[in-house]
Amino acid sequence: MPNRNYAGVDVEVGADGFFIHPDQWNREMALAIAKEAGVDELTDRHWQVIEFMRNEYLEKGDSPSVRLLGKTSGVPVKELYQLFPKGPAKLAAMIAGIPRPRSCI
Amino acid sequence: MMQRIVILGGGTGGTLVANRLRRAYSVGEAAIFVVDQDDRHVYQPGLLFVPFGLTHIEDIVRDRGHQLHKGIEYIISAVDHVDVTSNQVFLFNGNELAYDVLVIATGATLQPEQTDGMTGPGWMKKVFTFYSPEGAAALEGALAIFDGGHIVVNPIDMPIKCPVAPLEFCFLADWYFQERGIRDKVKISYVTPLDGAFTKPVTSLKLGGMLEEHGVELVVEFNTGEIDGEAGRLVSFDGREIPFDLAVVIPLHGGAEYIGRSPGLGDAFNFVPADEHTLQATIKPNVFVIGDAASIPASKAGSVTHFQGEVLVENIQSFLNGRALLASFDGHANCFIEAGFGKALLIDFNYDTEPLPGHYPSTLGMPLLKESRLNHLGKLMFESFYWHALLPGRNIPGVGSAMPHAGKRQVS
Repeated sequence: MPNRNYAGVDVEVGADGFFIHPDQWNREMALAIAKEAGVDELTDRHWQVIEFMRNEYLEKGDSPSVRLLGKTSGVPVKELYQLFPKGPAKLAAMIAGIPRPRSCI
Repeated sequence: MMQRIVILGGGTGGTLVANRLRRAYSVGEAAIFVVDQDDRHVYQPGLLFVPFGLTHIEDIVRDRGHQLHKGIEYIISAVDHVDVTSNQVFLFNGNELAYDVLVIATGATLQPEQTDGMTGPGWMKKVFTFYSPEGAAALEGALAIFDGGHIVVNPIDMPIKCPVAPLEFCFLADWYFQERGIRDKVKISYVTPLDGAFTKPVTSLKLGGMLEEHGVELVVEFNTGEIDGEAGRLVSFDGREIPFDLAVVIPLHGGAEYIGRSPGLGDAFNFVPADEHTLQATIKPNVFVIGDAASIPASKAGSVTHFQGEVLVENIQSFLNGRALLASFDGHANCFIEAGFGKALLIDFNYDTEPLPGHYPSTLGMPLLKESRLNHLGKLMFESFYWHALLPGRNIPGVGSAMPHAGKRQVS
């Protein structure tokens, strides 16, 4: 498994770049991952989504979809796209240090 | 002691489970109730063919009651809510139904109003869905007078019923306009929120290639946030626009509304969380789920529901006998993909194995992941099989619940 170094700590990530062990994550790393992905600043609204995602994942074992985020995170879908451009669920999951959302079938 | 089994929904899952249970239990052992809000059982795979005039609504709809075996009590009423604490279903007609075992089989519901503008000006004039009988029939009229322009086919977001159907629509549209001699005047685009034509890698490549062969433009990672029917454009959440002359959309799906009114029963979309192998609902051991209504990582497709039936009935029997639930659903799905021009593909997969090339059900069966006339005939024959073998809940020799590995080739 490839390793990455975020905020001075080695973490294990999958081939897709997502964390394998969500417990290796901390808030400092979040900013480093965000910057690398082109999100220069994490505002309170970003954090609201990131924390919501981590809680959902730790509770249910599944990373939430954009639709679920829009419905339950308190941040509407349109704003999610402004905060995390292109793919909010994927990008926010990466910054939150949780696995890639399973695509539905 | 007489058990009361209440099944909500008289579609594919509800009907085949009711019929299987009726065979498993004598009338003295169990009372079986099926509740549905209407008496129209739609053969849903048929909806794809309606817009092209290849079948008609009246040919694919039958009474629900007639599909249920003798000794099953059929109640036509909408459900107000379920109270899992007191084991009761409250019906819209004012009655209550107490149960020992509840089976949720109310499928998935279309939610066009959840996308801004979808049901606004242009709905059913320039913006259609073939996922409802009314929509499919209206689209037939619109296609018949369509004489050129840009058609976009857009599943708004997953999960949807039969995730291959929108692709099949594109292949059939290519065939349809060639038949009419105006294919060169029609541009067809498949617009998807996914990063490829399909969710599973090998199939995604194959279907992506087929779109190209059929002259269909593929637009990926487009998350439709708004539909402007009047001006004719899809607008994504990140501000991209796709103009159209006719849009064929697959609205967002959710579970039945009563699930939202039943405390604790459903998730945020009114689908019912359940164990993906035993099909027992997370909320309480005497509640089970089958088919599209379930929040499990299986496709929302009739074949999945069919393969679940056997497992579900076995587990209900175990539950009522106080035994452990041993029957396990493997996520098996099996779909014919109509390719137009008298050909079709077949895909077969489960939770762990993605669709692979080879043959089904074994090395001497129908070709997998490959266009063939045999598969097209299989798709056509399936309709009769649906009414006469699948709904009655018969076991079919050679076609078991679990996905067969024989006949499949690994792809590296």
